[in-house]
Amino acid sequence: MPNPTDGSLEPRNFFLDRFALDDGALEDTIGTAIARKADFADIYFEFRSSESFSLEEGIVKRANKNISQGAGVRVVAEDKFGCAHTDEVSTDTLRIATETARAIADSGGSEAAVAVRPARPKHDLYSLANHPLDVALQEKIDLLHKIDIAARRHDPRITNVMAGLGIEQKIILVVTSSGLVVGDVQPLVRLSISCIAEDKGVRQQGTSGGGGRVEYSYVTEGDRYMKWLRTAADQALRNLDAVDAPAGNMTVVLGPGWPGVLLHEAVGHGLEGDFNRKQTSAFSGRIGERVASELCTVVDDGTIANRRGSLNCDDEGNPTKRNVLIENGILCGYLQDRMNARLMGVEPTGNGRRESFAHAPMPRMTNTFMLAGDSEPEDIIKSVPKGLYAANFGGGQVDITSGKFVFSATEAYLIENGKVTRPVKGATLIGNGPESLTEISMVGNDLALDEGVGTCGKDGQSVPVGVGLPTIKIDNLTVGGTQA
Amino acid sequence: MSDASLEDIAAFLLDEAKRHGASQADVVVAEGDSLSVGVRLGEIEKVQRSKARHLGLRAFADKRSAITSTADFSRDSLARLAEESVALARVTASDEYSGLPDPAELATEIPDLDLYDPEMVDLDAERVTELCLAAEAAARNADARITNSEGGEFGGGTSRVVYAASNGFRAGYRTSSCSLSAVPVATDNGSMERDYWYSAKRKLADLDSPESIGARAAERALRRLGARKVSTAEVPVVFDPDMAASLVGHVASAVSGSALYRGVSFLRDKLGSTIAPQIVTIVDEGNRAGALGSKPFDGEGLPTRRTSVVDRGTLSSYLFDTYSARKLDSRSTGNASRSVADAPGVSPTNLYLAAGDTSPEDIIGSVESGLYVTELMGFGVNSVTGDYSRGASGIWIENGELAYPVSEITIAGNLLAMLAGIEAVGSDLEMRRSICSPTLKIGKMTVGGV
Repeated sequence: MPNPTDGSLEPRNFFLDRFALDDGALEDTIGTAIARKADFADIYFEFRSSESFSLEEGIVKRANKNISQGAGVRVVAEDKFGCAHTDEVSTDTLRIATETARAIADSGGSEAAVAVRPARPKHDLYSLANHPLDVALQEKIDLLHKIDIAARRHDPRITNVMAGLGIEQKIILVVTSSGLVVGDVQPLVRLSISCIAEDKGVRQQGTSGGGGRVEYSYVTEGDRYMKWLRTAADQALRNLDAVDAPAGNMTVVLGPGWPGVLLHEAVGHGLEGDFNRKQTSAFSGRIGERVASELCTVVDDGTIANRRGSLNCDDEGNPTKRNVLIENGILCGYLQDRMNARLMGVEPTGNGRRESFAHAPMPRMTNTFMLAGDSEPEDIIKSVPKGLYAANFGGGQVDITSGKFVFSATEAYLIENGKVTRPVKGATLIGNGPESLTEISMVGNDLALDEGVGTCGKDGQSVPVGVGLPTIKIDNLTVGGTQA
Repeated sequence: MSDASLEDIAAFLLDEAKRHGASQADVVVAEGDSLSVGVRLGEIEKVQRSKARHLGLRAFADKRSAITSTADFSRDSLARLAEESVALARVTASDEYSGLPDPAELATEIPDLDLYDPEMVDLDAERVTELCLAAEAAARNADARITNSEGGEFGGGTSRVVYAASNGFRAGYRTSSCSLSAVPVATDNGSMERDYWYSAKRKLADLDSPESIGARAAERALRRLGARKVSTAEVPVVFDPDMAASLVGHVASAVSGSALYRGVSFLRDKLGSTIAPQIVTIVDEGNRAGALGSKPFDGEGLPTRRTSVVDRGTLSSYLFDTYSARKLDSRSTGNASRSVADAPGVSPTNLYLAAGDTSPEDIIGSVESGLYVTELMGFGVNSVTGDYSRGASGIWIENGELAYPVSEITIAGNLLAMLAGIEAVGSDLEMRRSICSPTLKIGKMTVGGV
């Protein structure tokens, strides 16, 4: 059996070998899938190998290794689909899955022979010379210890450090009813750091981390992990002195990088093709309309090398793209998977993603960010007499239909007379997707993408994503503090 | 060993782990089938069937441990798994508190808690499609302003879990669960709102009727139409039962032994002290018959039980697994949860705030001007400090009556102050999920708006 982390691994050969299949079996399966009155069908093979290590209280307590594998067969007929998944893969189980999946389609189609033709993905965004799963265990354990020691040295008020390293390798193969056979090998590294600071009976927590589809050395290069641990420690320390956050409408300045989660919640989800085909999104039918100030251009780009949200091809075998969602404030496109694109009469955008073989594909984001503007970040702060500067956030959530979104600051400050002053306790910001972006009056020249830790949940499925933002000023947003 | 019984596979792995030098080991083997069916606008939209099995082996090398897990049940894969697990354990740190529970603590009888419905095996997709169609139709037919729908959906499945450990424990159990939901979209005067309602049960026949689910979902979507923003103010806040349950969930995280020894709980050092008024009692009940959070033994083979977490306002017990109990010089409360791929952690089972004696109508009637919360959004809860700030929508209460819908607002406070500020507990507790609560009224919170 080939080594699953071999850089030259070819997904088709890997799966045919692992599950004792051949091209004939693929052709039979996909031919059976499409035999009724179906529009298209696909088979998705997946093998995922992962490991994780975690440290707390100064020691590495947990080490896990996991292997999951299986196949999913999907048959699509107009706006209906049938899916069947199995983690035991053989010609027999594939036949049973296929018969289950195609029950959704009406009988009476014509049996069409499908000839498979292997292809390579259009992009090559994360070929690695050395796979992070192959790095010696001791080196990874030592890194977690270094983080613990360095964080405690950083400030004696840091009383506990929790650090986790997760590494995975996912091999996929998509076989479509048009005969396309395309595979991908997707590495993923994620380091997360959480520090507890304690002083005079007050305790606070700060979190940070980073990663991507990168080699293990990415984490240690240029002492990246030191930057992340300082971010986590300083966030915890600053929050020790935080005052209560204000409540009510005010001017809010968002810092660069992770605060791009604003775009993910405020517009990204609302532009996913499934909601828009069903006309249940606050953005439905609004292509060509103004949904943001003219300073705003927002893209979703799955083609950036080594990013957490990037993919060589999506989980339907389509190449990922750089899709412009909002250009100079005008809504210009949705994110599509194959089924929704077909029903809306447009091309797929390379956004069909699934958490695993046991889930169905849906339109999902990749790396979503706003392009840089002209303003100096300092000038943006200086322009605000009274407001909130939010430098970092936890997660967010959106109601697609009403457009209401929230996201919660983990690091925020008051702006008083054009200066960033006191740190304030975490506050939730709430707005309305199609309206909030029209309130953006300044866009900085400092676009930054996040450090590579984001995970997006939709309909019970989690996928890795990226976000990004330059410093921006929103004239009017509701801040949910306690100081009325 | 793809055709071997789950018990034989578990026994094989324990033997292999021992052969490779493990001082202790335990194995979880889980297999399940699931079916999900969705309909939309009166037509079937999706049918998904899944079969899955997975196992995880935890090996100890003295006080070091690691877990390996796989979906590949071939003999070669399992033998390799045992060897890897022991090797991986050797690179972790020695932790004096680690290890399997004392055999004296293990469950000796495995109660039948009525968690399994044979009707759920090989469930017919057409039969549940009818339920989905009826639920969606009830929502769509409720009112002319229901103009669209995200559909009706059924999800259900069965699973079997076997847990075996080198301390002698060996047992398994079957469970089933199912749910039925409807998600209508209401429009009026340019305002578009979506809401949902669902019923979740262990047994198919126990699900609420599709008609009642659809009607309730429609009513919830309709009452959101024309929502206003309100001015920032400090007012009483009434949480509907599902939203109140989220507060009980925050208490669950804070009383977890894992959060306590890590120092990330706002209820640290509060055991035995009064944290809420006398009307507040919170119970964790892992052995409740038929309930969604029940199991006959916990993730380490200990009997599940009834634990009073808050007793008439006093924080009376934390929740522990073996590890966190040893760390904090206490005893496990049978709250270990064990997934296949990870070490045990602490989880509540069926955690509920006991019903009070005030009707929800009287609670709303007691508010002159305040907020009735029906939806909370976002993650603005700081588990270390209890600071709380979340997006909300609901209905404004004026002179004791539900007056008009409000949205795009926030509610903020601190969980310690919020628990202490509970002024009324409703009589409307319904065990519709694993964490639940009746209606609750909190005397004062900051509502952020315009």
